[in-house]
Amino acid sequence: MLLLEEGIERTAHPLSDVFLHDVYGIPSGDKIKECIQCGTCSASCPTSYAMDFTPREIIAAFRAGMLERVLKSNTIWLCSSCYSCTVRCPSGIKLTDIMYELKRLAIEFGLAPKGGKAPVVAKLFVDIVNKNGRIAEVPLISRFMLETNPLGAFKMIPRAMRLFKRGRMPIKSHKINGMAELEKCAGAMTEPMVSGLHARSTKEEGS
Amino acid sequence: MNRAYDKSTQLVCKALDIDLAELNDWNCCGASAYMSIDEMKAHLLSARNLVLAEKEKKDLVVVCPACLTTLTKTNHYLAEQSRFKRTIETALKAANLEYRGSVRVRHLLEVIVNEVGEQEVKARIKRKLSGLKVAPYYGCQLTRPFGEIDDKQFPVILDRLLTWIGVAPVDFPLKTKCCGGLLMMTNEDVALGLNRNILACAKQKGAECIVTICPLCHMNIETYQGDVNKMFGTDFKIPALYFTQLMGLAFGFSRKALGIDEEMISSRALLEKHLEVFG
Repeated sequence: MLLLEEGIERTAHPLSDVFLHDVYGIPSGDKIKECIQCGTCSASCPTSYAMDFTPREIIAAFRAGMLERVLKSNTIWLCSSCYSCTVRCPSGIKLTDIMYELKRLAIEFGLAPKGGKAPVVAKLFVDIVNKNGRIAEVPLISRFMLETNPLGAFKMIPRAMRLFKRGRMPIKSHKINGMAELEKCAGAMTEPMVSGLHARSTKEEGS
Repeated sequence: MNRAYDKSTQLVCKALDIDLAELNDWNCCGASAYMSIDEMKAHLLSARNLVLAEKEKKDLVVVCPACLTTLTKTNHYLAEQSRFKRTIETALKAANLEYRGSVRVRHLLEVIVNEVGEQEVKARIKRKLSGLKVAPYYGCQLTRPFGEIDDKQFPVILDRLLTWIGVAPVDFPLKTKCCGGLLMMTNEDVALGLNRNILACAKQKGAECIVTICPLCHMNIETYQGDVNKMFGTDFKIPALYFTQLMGLAFGFSRKALGIDEEMISSRALLEKHLEVFG
């Protein structure tokens, strides 16, 4: 078995190698080896009914060398980070953290489904936070609509107006004073954090 | 943040003598969307907030469960993962920042229940919301994944607080089920379905209003009921209020001061029916 041997370098699938490397970098990440395919995660997941691969099937697909298919599907973008799977897993697998890792991999390897809206939101969110230090709802929503559904934006107008009238649509965005400070910190990250908590370029310590 | 949640939080804290000061120059916590792109940088964002809070020598109190989870996660990793700690420390040092690990990250609900306590809360009650039946809705991340505040799936901490202010919490089995708020922009159909489940359960249990502790849940449950009704042919019209708004009412503040008339589904009739002024 691929996982029981801890054969990170020996698998036949480069994507799986990267995935496993990154997952092992998450605290308790190695618990993925202990998945017993019980399906508690899938049964606990509020959105698994709409997923192409349920959470249990993601791990099965990974073991079968089919991770790419998972990343190309809608599955991971339906995870709402509710952590129900994580707290119920009898093997202690931090599945929500693994979902985040899969999202990062899908974007990094350009595998996220075409026309998928969630990666667009994530990228815009990061872009705005990187500029201002905080999120600003109106720029986020308007840029999102422009990129994904410019015509649908009209449908949003009445709703936006109703929120605005009630003072629930903050228009102005705020830039924090500590932006330069944050950029300095980010620039000094000792490891090239493409994804995951471990740099892939450095050797594993002690293992 | 939502203005009504902000206003009501400030008023309630003042009434309870909680020394609440907005964290100077705070930044985004790096929650969910950021985490989906760059995990380490998300933690760096979170770490800067911890640094700022440490300078103030205060607990870091949040009213958003997603902030709570992200900040707590970073705090835990910094305490437990040496390699992670080194990376963040080195990054912080570049801007002459340092974190010694002394900050406690807490949700306001937990501070009020555990720190202020029943006696103090009850001592401030000026009005009674007699017999108002509410569905206590916790959402996902107040108790998950860490479970430091209460049971991860069936917490009672909000139920307890509600009884202190004379409100009757209904038995609400979906209290920690996801409302779909995070998916509203990207997977509307799925999100509306989850929203419907929460609303249907609240209605079935006889709740007249839903009380929330999360700005995203509130936005989702409160403002998308029309869309839910359109999609499923239902007729939900259940007001949703923040726990701080209900507390504020009990403490005698006006609806306006608490931002209560800003919601899409008016709670006016309901509150007028139940609000009982003491002596």
